[in-house]
Amino acid sequence: MIAEKYAVEIESILAKYPPEQKKSAVMPLLYLAQREGGYVTKQAMVEIAEILDITPTEVASIIGFYTLYYDKPGGKIRIQVCNDLPCALRGADEFLEKLCENLGIEVGEMTQDGSVTVEAVMCLAACDKAPMFQVQSGEGIAYYENQTVDSALGVVEEMRKQDAPS
Amino acid sequence: MTEYILLRHRNIPDLNHLDVYRQKGGFDAFRKAITNMTPDEVTQEVKASGLRGRGGAGFPTGLKWTFIDPNNWPHYVVANADESEPGTFKDREIMEGNPFQFLEGVAIAAYAIQAKEAYIYLRGEFWQIAATLDQQIAELEAEGLLGDNLFETDYSLRIFTHLGAGAYICGEETALLESMEGKLGQPRLRPPFPPAYGLYGKPTVVNNVETLTNVPFIISRGSDWYRSIGTEKSTGTKIFSLSGKVNKPGNYELPLGTPFRELIYDHGGGIPDGREIKAIMAAGASSSLIIANEQALDTPMDWESVPNVGAQLGSASVIVIDDSVSIDWVLHKTLHFFSHESCGKCTPCREGAYWMRHIIDRIREGEAAWSDVELLNDVAHQIQGKCLCALGEFSIEAVTSGIERFEADFRAKVSEIGAEE
Repeated sequence: MIAEKYAVEIESILAKYPPEQKKSAVMPLLYLAQREGGYVTKQAMVEIAEILDITPTEVASIIGFYTLYYDKPGGKIRIQVCNDLPCALRGADEFLEKLCENLGIEVGEMTQDGSVTVEAVMCLAACDKAPMFQVQSGEGIAYYENQTVDSALGVVEEMRKQDAPS
Repeated sequence: MTEYILLRHRNIPDLNHLDVYRQKGGFDAFRKAITNMTPDEVTQEVKASGLRGRGGAGFPTGLKWTFIDPNNWPHYVVANADESEPGTFKDREIMEGNPFQFLEGVAIAAYAIQAKEAYIYLRGEFWQIAATLDQQIAELEAEGLLGDNLFETDYSLRIFTHLGAGAYICGEETALLESMEGKLGQPRLRPPFPPAYGLYGKPTVVNNVETLTNVPFIISRGSDWYRSIGTEKSTGTKIFSLSGKVNKPGNYELPLGTPFRELIYDHGGGIPDGREIKAIMAAGASSSLIIANEQALDTPMDWESVPNVGAQLGSASVIVIDDSVSIDWVLHKTLHFFSHESCGKCTPCREGAYWMRHIIDRIREGEAAWSDVELLNDVAHQIQGKCLCALGEFSIEAVTSGIERFEADFRAKVSEIGAEE
């Protein structure tokens, strides 16, 4: 129940927008909803719809339109490599391919232990520091720039360690 | 070299700390605007400076502010921080390195149109920047630089951040406004333009981050000073995002009108691995492909001159392509981008980008005939001028110019046999 769990956050999000325009809060509320499991559950969609006086279908349409929202579980850590033109000119395609090879997956897949998903994504505004990727997790989004396959595998190892139950 | 107006953090350590920013004269311009100038005087000063929108369109900023409907309230300022054009990475550096100058620019723009609320729409990937901006806005409120009754006047202002969630189209200002309203980020039919019908249907100014970051200097030093930099019609400095096949990619703040050659060779260190430059894209993935000959390299980078070599300056995101690259591969990259990012609203763009992507992949894989290249060109021309926003238009720039100007690259990939198989 996000309404109870994040009551304070929800209130401060709603305060950003005019009271009669609270539908504007749908995007920040979706980020809140996927903070924990990495995706938005059906239950959370219904709750967000209730908070904003819109239909669950409208909430689902927002999830479908924007690439940073998920309605299905993926790896807890999503490694998103930009391989658009400027990054590709600096070797991003080869980087992505070798990284996936080392993790034993194809681009877009999740590792067997379910910890990491590697995806190709569109421009991340870091074209001068390619190869680069962002990591999307419950903690938010972090950038890793000027990467090699080795340094990227190091990042993955580090995150897997942090993620492992102690 | 000209002094930095925007990337001042490169010379001033810790400029992203409010105390340092204020020591360097920060928020003096905002104070001056509120206590010594009427909103209209602020707008007229910006108009006189010749400042033009840095997001790509190059529309005169002050003029845009004058379009705000004075009979419909409230007014809003929305800063466009949805920087998503492949090859563009300037707004991110501004917001990370010199955030308070940007915020001061937002504040002055808000005062000029008497908005009491301003929003910063950041792409979702700028999650960390948004979190930092939230803290910085809280600092400004604590210092009395944002909030109620600023500088003991009756003017009040709040600034809020709003995160997008991964959609290139939201950089288009009406799609951005739809997105802020909690809807799908799809462009609106225009007119009416945002200064008449913007956020929540209210008069709204939407300006790019870099544009707004210029404003404090224009107010503190005056429009005459600003006009002394750059060219007659493209005034001031511009951040050129240089990427691709160059030795030193990065952001370079230079006067508008600086030639391509100076950017690519003097600042960017030239082409790596002893290769030759082949093509230039001046406006990111949305560019025509410029043949990088002597005439092109000597062309000044401003909104008036770049069209002389068959392209646009746009957001000044200069992607350098060397002779190791075949242009059909460039099109494969840009078309994958645009077919992914088409919002789906207008059929020519949604379907056209999809089919162009399929045709270019067939060409690239050696499974096409010359008639497929003609088909690609034909589909591109059918998209032209038929969409609500510029995305459809952007998607064909590289296609039509690439086929016309680099025909040999396509000839090398096709065969009549390929088509029969």
